[in-house]
Amino acid sequence: MDLSWSDSEQAFRAEARDWLAGHVPARPLPSGDTAEGFAAHLEWERALHADRWSVVSWPEAYGGRDASLWEWLIFEEEYYRAGAPQRVTQNGIFLLAPTLFAFGSRQQQDTLLPRMAAAQDLWCQGWSEPGAGSDLAGIRSAAVRDEQAGGWRLSGQKTWTTRGAFCTHLFGLFRTDPQAQRHHGLTYFLVPLDTEGVTVRGFDRLDGDEGFAEVFFTDAFVPDSAVLGGLNEGWKVAMATTGSERGLTLRSPGRFLQAADRLVELAASNPESSTPVLTDRVVRSWMQAQAYQQFTLAQVTDIVEERPTGARSSLNKVYWSELDIELHETAMELLGPDAQLDSDWSRGFQFSLAGPIYAGTNEIQRNIIAERVLGLPRK
Amino acid sequence: MRFALTTEQQELHQVVAQLLGDACTPDVVRAGTGSPQADRLYAGLVDLGATGLLVDEEAGGLGLDENYLVPVLVEIGRAAAPLPLVDTLAVAPGLLSATGRAEDVLAGTVCVAADPVGNGLVRFGSRADLLLQGGWGGSGVIRVVDLAGAQREPQAAVDPAADLQRISFGTIIAEIDDPALVRTAWLRGVLGSAAELVGLSRRMLDLTVGYVKERQQFGVPIGSFQAVKHHLASALLAVEFAAPTVSAAGYALATGDEQASVAVATAKALASDAAVQVARATLQCHGAIAYTTEYDWQLFAKRAWAVAAQWGTAAWHRDAVARALGLPASGTSPAH
Ligand SMILES: Cc1cc2nc3c(=O)[nH]c(=O)nc-3n(C[C@H](O)[C@H](O)[C@H](O)COP(=O)(O)OP(=O)(O)OC[C@H]3O[C@@H](n4cnc5c(N)ncnc54)[C@H](O)[C@@H]3O)c2cc1C
Repeated sequence: MDLSWSDSEQAFRAEARDWLAGHVPARPLPSGDTAEGFAAHLEWERALHADRWSVVSWPEAYGGRDASLWEWLIFEEEYYRAGAPQRVTQNGIFLLAPTLFAFGSRQQQDTLLPRMAAAQDLWCQGWSEPGAGSDLAGIRSAAVRDEQAGGWRLSGQKTWTTRGAFCTHLFGLFRTDPQAQRHHGLTYFLVPLDTEGVTVRGFDRLDGDEGFAEVFFTDAFVPDSAVLGGLNEGWKVAMATTGSERGLTLRSPGRFLQAADRLVELAASNPESSTPVLTDRVVRSWMQAQAYQQFTLAQVTDIVEERPTGARSSLNKVYWSELDIELHETAMELLGPDAQLDSDWSRGFQFSLAGPIYAGTNEIQRNIIAERVLGLPRK
Repeated sequence: MRFALTTEQQELHQVVAQLLGDACTPDVVRAGTGSPQADRLYAGLVDLGATGLLVDEEAGGLGLDENYLVPVLVEIGRAAAPLPLVDTLAVAPGLLSATGRAEDVLAGTVCVAADPVGNGLVRFGSRADLLLQGGWGGSGVIRVVDLAGAQREPQAAVDPAADLQRISFGTIIAEIDDPALVRTAWLRGVLGSAAELVGLSRRMLDLTVGYVKERQQFGVPIGSFQAVKHHLASALLAVEFAAPTVSAAGYALATGDEQASVAVATAKALASDAAVQVARATLQCHGAIAYTTEYDWQLFAKRAWAVAAQWGTAAWHRDAVARALGLPASGTSPAH
């Protein structure tokens, strides 16, 4: 056990903290899940990129700093501590990029990653369909070979696509082998949303922001270079990096440590609306946020020392999502009648309720934990 | 930054785990405190140097720290050893130097129990030669009491292997009022109990995972039912997120971190809640077979309930942390 930071890690933290202190907008930006707010967030993303803070763990050639996983954690902690804006680029940076690093051709990496880091290309995730949510292998959107044109023609529909109405590109799974069943015969495609035959319709999430979209494909042509990983290997390619979505990279501990500290502040500054029961709940959540951090420190140690964490990322997913709800429900109680106002807390509360749904529902995660971590029989 | 045991910590952990696996089977737990088997187990631990784990090398101990203590006590918890080992291994070192009895503890001729509440109720009481009384919450005075001529009244307890005794009329041989010593003794007792609870929780889970793979109903293993899976997944989550807080608390104590008391309280609160949750889920997944005294589950569950309630309950520690965080806590802190 050595829970101290090296000199260079401390210097990295100090540099990040300084930069954030000088750049984080003084007034919170409007929600990044609206057209206007998204534009404001893009400016922020470009400021991050200009000083190489948008993708710290990536190679310098792509706009990063070659930061270690530890430094990445430090950056995240500082980012949330500074109250910096939500990352509207997260689905590209945290979900697609790990897959590109693992499966992309050199050409794909060289062209796509720098543009992603610079928030020039904005990526959304096109996995879910009206008939394929938890049962993702039930995907029906299809890609048909167009030999003559040297590519594929996409048709079908994706839905629940986060910020789809504001993004420029979509990564998604399409059925390329109509004969194959379930998770066989799927291929991972990278699709510009301005492709002819692609239509995007934004719609409102629970909080009233236009954060969702449906994406329709009618004979939309993409070239062979739009395939990521092997033909008909889409399932393997997509699943290889689901750990990033469930685990640490999508939801680093910094986010919850900061939320827990804000909750403590809320309770401490409103003693008249607190009760012993609420104080107890505040402390419980605060402790769980510490637990999430310590769990991830152990997990990063495992990753750094090449002990695969595998299905254990499902433990992260359930824990952070349920912790997030508890933090926000407690805040709602502390706010009392003011909880009905549209505020950061009430928005955070609504969004926290989505945590057990997206990135694989918590029911599915518990199945995975039981079967792949505890080794219980599948059937 | 490295959140994992070192090679030496792992090695100690492994030899202790092996000893307990051999010498502290459920039969030994049932034989109980004072049985020849339990005495042999204690002798084995003494041989490994466990009683000197936290004792300075100059004083004949191993001169190790809480980073080593935590994995050792996790294993002791896993085995539900019927001996006051948190007290002897974690609490006693540092308190006995003035009494002339420290060597006896190192040599294994003396076993130490603690009664931080100070009401004379002592687990594994028939095996205790010395009692450390008082010091609740890490302040006040700890009396070192020689139990040679003391009166012991067995108490009916939930855990039949607890050997719960009401002890009175011992001889006070020292009074320790050095605030640093009293505080450390308390924090180590809390930390040690948290570690035991992690081990007990893991043992209940292991037992249950094994059982639900074997037991068949409706022609299939009950472990294939989603409701059973979800109970056990939730139980695992509770343990997996409590365990790192216990390691982190050990590290905080070992490095003299000013925030150690908050880290230790966090560990005990989460480990206590986890153990109680795991006990409930694992009984449910067993069905009636675990609702018997013949089946081993009870040995670990009853121990877990007892340890969860000692050295401050989860609620007690949350109250302490509420105060440390400057939250509006009401009135005075709860007594125990
Ligand atoms: C805020 C938010 C953002 C999202 N962003 C995106 C995005 O950007 N891109 C994208 O592709 N998708 C996105 N999604 C969609 C998300 O991936 C799906 O909602 C999720 O996979 C669940 O699918 P579903 O909503 O169709 O629910 P269903 O799969 O219909 O599930 C409904 C209920 O049934 C339960 N259930 C289903 N199957 C099982 C089973 N085998 N065992 C036990 N219980 C089961 C579920 O756990 C759930 O409680 C987003 C969702 C939300 C809420």
